[in-house]
Amino acid sequence: MAAVLVLAIIAGIAYTMATAPNLRWEAVGHFLFQRLILQGIVITLELTALAMLIGIVLGAIVAVMRLSPNPVVSSVSWCYIWFFRGTPVLVQIFFWYNLATVLPYVGLGIPFTPIHWQAPTNSLIAPFMAATLGLGLNEAAYMAEIVRAGIISVEHGQTEAAQALGMTRLLVMRRIVLPQAMRVIIPPTGNETISMLKTSSLAFVASVPELFTRSQQIASANYDVIELAIVASIWYLAMTSILTVGQYYLERYFGRGSLRELPPTPLQRFRRMLLTFHAPPPMPPDVAPPGPAVPGSEHR
Amino acid sequence: MVKAEAVHKSFGRLEVLRGIDLEVAPREVMCMIGPSGSGKSTFLRCINHLEKIDAGRLSVDGELVGYRERGNKLHELPDKEVCRKRSEIGMVFQRFNLFPHMTALENVIEAPIRVKKESRAVAAARARKLLDRVGLSEKMNAYPNQLSGGQQQRVAIARALAMEPKLMLFDEPTSALDPELVGEVLDVMRGLAGDGMTMVVVTHEMGFAREVGDSLVFMDGGVIVEEGKPRDVLTNPQQERTRTFLSKVL
Repeated sequence: MAAVLVLAIIAGIAYTMATAPNLRWEAVGHFLFQRLILQGIVITLELTALAMLIGIVLGAIVAVMRLSPNPVVSSVSWCYIWFFRGTPVLVQIFFWYNLATVLPYVGLGIPFTPIHWQAPTNSLIAPFMAATLGLGLNEAAYMAEIVRAGIISVEHGQTEAAQALGMTRLLVMRRIVLPQAMRVIIPPTGNETISMLKTSSLAFVASVPELFTRSQQIASANYDVIELAIVASIWYLAMTSILTVGQYYLERYFGRGSLRELPPTPLQRFRRMLLTFHAPPPMPPDVAPPGPAVPGSEHR
Repeated sequence: MVKAEAVHKSFGRLEVLRGIDLEVAPREVMCMIGPSGSGKSTFLRCINHLEKIDAGRLSVDGELVGYRERGNKLHELPDKEVCRKRSEIGMVFQRFNLFPHMTALENVIEAPIRVKKESRAVAAARARKLLDRVGLSEKMNAYPNQLSGGQQQRVAIARALAMEPKLMLFDEPTSALDPELVGEVLDVMRGLAGDGMTMVVVTHEMGFAREVGDSLVFMDGGVIVEEGKPRDVLTNPQQERTRTFLSKVL
């Protein structure tokens, strides 16, 4: 009964939208594969990938620093997280984008020596760079907490066993702790990536020609604001859907060794279903084939 | 092989080790018994510097563990030096602590490849031999959670042996096992002792201590209460405290 009600409401909303008098669905179809839009998608993907790369690498470093026994190192890390998590990402992008107004030149040099190098800020922090920095540095603060949670989740005995074998702190982290922490790190990281894909639309304020900026540039010319917002939404939805599938397989890969046998993928389940439908196999499908079953072996 | 002089260790206000003096000769098998909380596991973990000591001296094979002596002071060594020393000392834990994301074989070859920089082929060849020796040649490609407790502990022993240690430390290696699986682990340890490995074994297996141990140490309250030949200590304890403990466990 509740299901019928829910379906009725959804159908109602869909019908209202589909028949909205001024909504030009043909415009949505027309602009969906427009070259400007497609170029915007490429920029959006680049922005997402780069910002996540900065976020993950820097986040992992900040997380390891946060767990350092050295109080200076862990405080620096704490302050980083405090600052970048405590200010809006929109403001951070804005900050990088407009940095040139207060700091026309940035340079690197060693004090009291003639060694000095500098360049105009605007040439270094172009709009794309400003957005990447803003998104990436902000993301690093969140990733740091995710990675730290993952590291803490690994039983201390693992570190001790590795240390007892003579492994250095860094080696223990890289070979023993982080691979196991992945199981805890991957699901929220997937969420972050999906979220980043959408947050990258904030690059709008830095005039980066990504998907949303492009759609609104077109809209400002032809006033099809809602239509182009729908175009952008369709593409965002398509991209996040693909990422969701990717996340599933990534989680599966890092879950090996924690389950005796990995659950079948949807594809395997589908194939198995077809098999049982066509010809009943000689043995029940849930009986493992003879021989030692190694989880994940079919994937290597 | 191991020499401890007045080793002290505190956790906060709790003094866990209150002056431990002892010596383990090469090829000797020393068993340590005592009630829980007596400090025997802590002492074992001090030997390979998993725990820092607060006072005293502790050396393995004539070399201080984790510290360098300069003048009259001990300075803690950098991580790298501590690791080099640890790689000469094998350790087996109560809870096995196998790396769950690696197969049995990968568990055994990890440290030889990463720490000793051996080639994969050399490390794998030795690992196969070691796994065969602990009776697990069939299980090389199994992940730890596909193995029984006894099998996991035998892989852990092979993993420690793969570093070709001078000394093996066992921290209650059979305490987390089902009673029926204890024998297979003790058999491997017995074989190891027979091959002349120097071993320090914290255990509750009095039978093993009596049969395999060359010496027995009874600890309580952070000090060594009594030590001697296992047969003597177990059958004819001199101290009242030892007598009460043994009357409860034997």
